[in-house]
Amino acid sequence: MDGKYGILVDYDWCTGCHSCEMACQMEHGFPIGQSGVQVCTMGPWLIEGETWQYDFAPIFGDQCDLCADRTAKGELPTCVHHCQANCMTYGPLDELSALLADHRKQTLYAL
Amino acid sequence: MDEKRAYVFVDHDKPWRYEEDGLTVTRGSAWSGPGCHLGCGVKLYTDEEGALVKVEGDRENPFNQGRLCIRCLDLPEVVYSDRRLLHPMKRDRADRGKDVWQRISWDEAYDEIEARLKDIRERYGAESVLFMQGTGRDIATWISRLAWSYGSPNYGFPLSGLACYLPRVSGMYSTTGSFWVCDCSQEFPDRYDNPEYEVPEVMVLWGNNPIVSNSDGFFGHWVVDLMKRGMEIMVVDPRMTWLGRRAALQLPIRPGTDAALALGMLNVIVNEDLYDHDFVDKWTYGFDKLAERVQDYPPGKVANITWIPEEKIVQAARRFATAERACIQWGLAVDMTREALPAIQAIAALTQITGNIDRPGGMIIPPEILFYGGGFGADLLSDEQTAKRIGLEKYPLLKFGFATLQPDEMVKQMETGDPYALHGMWMQTTNPLACMGADPDRFYNAAKDLDFIVGVDLFVTPTIMALADYVLPAATYPERDGLRIGDGPQRGETINKVCQVGECKSDMEINLELGRRLNPDAWPWADVKEMFSSIIGETGYSFDELREIAPAYPQYVYRKHEKGLMRPDGQPGFNTPTGRIELWSTQYAGAGLDPLPYFEEPEPGPGSTPELLDEYPLVLTTGARNWGMFHSEHRNIPRLRALRPDPIIEVHPDTALDLELRDGDWVWVENQRGRAKRRVQVTPVLLDPRFCSTDHAWWLPEEDPEDLFGVRDLAINNLVPWACGKSGFGSNYKCMLVKLYKVEDGE
Repeated sequence: MDGKYGILVDYDWCTGCHSCEMACQMEHGFPIGQSGVQVCTMGPWLIEGETWQYDFAPIFGDQCDLCADRTAKGELPTCVHHCQANCMTYGPLDELSALLADHRKQTLYAL
Repeated sequence: MDEKRAYVFVDHDKPWRYEEDGLTVTRGSAWSGPGCHLGCGVKLYTDEEGALVKVEGDRENPFNQGRLCIRCLDLPEVVYSDRRLLHPMKRDRADRGKDVWQRISWDEAYDEIEARLKDIRERYGAESVLFMQGTGRDIATWISRLAWSYGSPNYGFPLSGLACYLPRVSGMYSTTGSFWVCDCSQEFPDRYDNPEYEVPEVMVLWGNNPIVSNSDGFFGHWVVDLMKRGMEIMVVDPRMTWLGRRAALQLPIRPGTDAALALGMLNVIVNEDLYDHDFVDKWTYGFDKLAERVQDYPPGKVANITWIPEEKIVQAARRFATAERACIQWGLAVDMTREALPAIQAIAALTQITGNIDRPGGMIIPPEILFYGGGFGADLLSDEQTAKRIGLEKYPLLKFGFATLQPDEMVKQMETGDPYALHGMWMQTTNPLACMGADPDRFYNAAKDLDFIVGVDLFVTPTIMALADYVLPAATYPERDGLRIGDGPQRGETINKVCQVGECKSDMEINLELGRRLNPDAWPWADVKEMFSSIIGETGYSFDELREIAPAYPQYVYRKHEKGLMRPDGQPGFNTPTGRIELWSTQYAGAGLDPLPYFEEPEPGPGSTPELLDEYPLVLTTGARNWGMFHSEHRNIPRLRALRPDPIIEVHPDTALDLELRDGDWVWVENQRGRAKRRVQVTPVLLDPRFCSTDHAWWLPEEDPEDLFGVRDLAINNLVPWACGKSGFGSNYKCMLVKLYKVEDGE
């Protein structure tokens, strides 16, 4: 199954709450400041008029193992489980990639 | 056989406690300390040594549906912090402020505290002891019974104007007979899928950034859930937030002018005839007088007051009034203005005259299993002692609802001894020198001469360091059993003990064990579980039974006022003297207050003291929340502190340029009363260059205890006086005039 699963992030809804980072740190016992996932910020700045750029989005790094121990038991990766905005979906890449065309501001991570 | 209350339940796959891969999993609820007001469903994982190793959100709990914030996810780090208080300690009264604690046993602590409290009661009367709590943790029920069973009417919290939640609760009870929250389907275990539920068309987020922090049992990300289901939001906030950037309308309000904005919106709704005639005619009292009052607040004038463009005020009013279903989620900012009650009355009137009351997707009444507001054991206090409650005579509204003292009067009385001297203080998880106390120097000076002070807490705080003679170690929520039936909509939820740290005891245990010594008849229970079972006795469930079936949802019905379910007499209508929602308040009139909402300029402020603007040109708001910290907690928790190492003040780029400030600079934030040290973050989120915004409740646990962990330089409330509104409620914690200047080397 290696390389066939991933996480789809509908980052238009990511509120930047850091729950994914903290869940990951605690699940894997990573040192402070390290995580398999990190929330990045774009903005805030005023584009024009009343329109602002202000987005958050998680990115996944080398310490993400897609919570292999959890998913082997049929549980969700801890970041997906705890995401307060419910903006992450775990699943097979082919199923997730079919969802990408639905709307903008989504990212699919092959992990 | 006991009759069981009708609850709606959730299907559980497993019992409340089960084994999984060598760990024990315990389902339950969360409630501070540490960390918040809410009561999310959690699963606590313990190993074979009985140590808490992991916390997960409980996906079977409809409240949070498995989600958790970082404070609960990081719970093991709090529980096992090497700074935790692990056993009772004492020091000599002469050594207050010195780090010279002596470890004692619980028996010694109880014996000595009992003897001192009894001695004070005999010599000076029980009323001379203050019983102080912090924010709405799981304390109010137990500490109020401790105070009243001891014989003291002086229970409360050291916050000027009781300016947190109580103004909203008392204001709503006074004018409508109940409290109100936005309908986010929280009353139904099947949530958004419930056939009776309808999504609000518009929600106004007023002085509140709910995704970061809330009270009222309101899980902030419900707003996001509802936005996904098509709900539009309008945001009243001086700062641009993630929610603001997604709002249909962002109203960049000058802090402290909320009442004016609401009155201006009411003006538009009344004058453009956008209100719900049917609801107003049938169910409200005093509409004509309100309609007359709002004529004083035309949108143009309100624009000048609030600094919000006139067209936005008009647009917001129209959008709100014409929505099929609308509600207002309000925050602390509304309480933290001196004239909070009229602001609350005006904001609530927006939902009332548009008929968004007691119906799906509007404002709903939080169901109650226990009457939380009245405290526990008010019957224990004699009329003679009740009459001695501080502030009762001056502020008659205190007779209704929460039975707390009035804190501004308390500080005055601590200083003057008039009408009677105060001698003792019991502080249970409250940290007024760092957090809620206004003018902390004044509070310190007023308290330092008390004969006897006890602190109960998780950690040695600046307040305990400065003032306590005895300190008792309190348990965190995984270390205790409890009920999560508190503020906001109530569900039957239990908190379940999974671990033990040091000699810590739960707040309830401490109060039961000490209360029993002070007044055995008032505390007849063998242990806390028996006490909990007795409290929920009328539901037909014991504590052990409730923990099996929790969460238990009371049956919810809409349109209670039409069905005669709001009043004790079973008549239709609301539980007020007129049986109607009182837009013109008979209770305010009876208390000698203006019965209609009004706006008063915050003072000092650009509108009330323009002469101060040359020296103090910026409008400061305080206390915007960040993800990892709950009030004065969590500065000593490394994973959470790493997300916010320093106390921040947000400064607009134009202002930073003017003042030659850069990101990371340390500045003094100063007004005519005092100053506090902050680190600059230059950011365009301030929607007016004159606004700035800063954290509250900072102290540095890593610093010298005898310097009170640096709190004297960090307390933003150095700038805030003990000065409340005319009703005794409300205080200007979140609106003041300041200047900024750089901290010099060595300061």
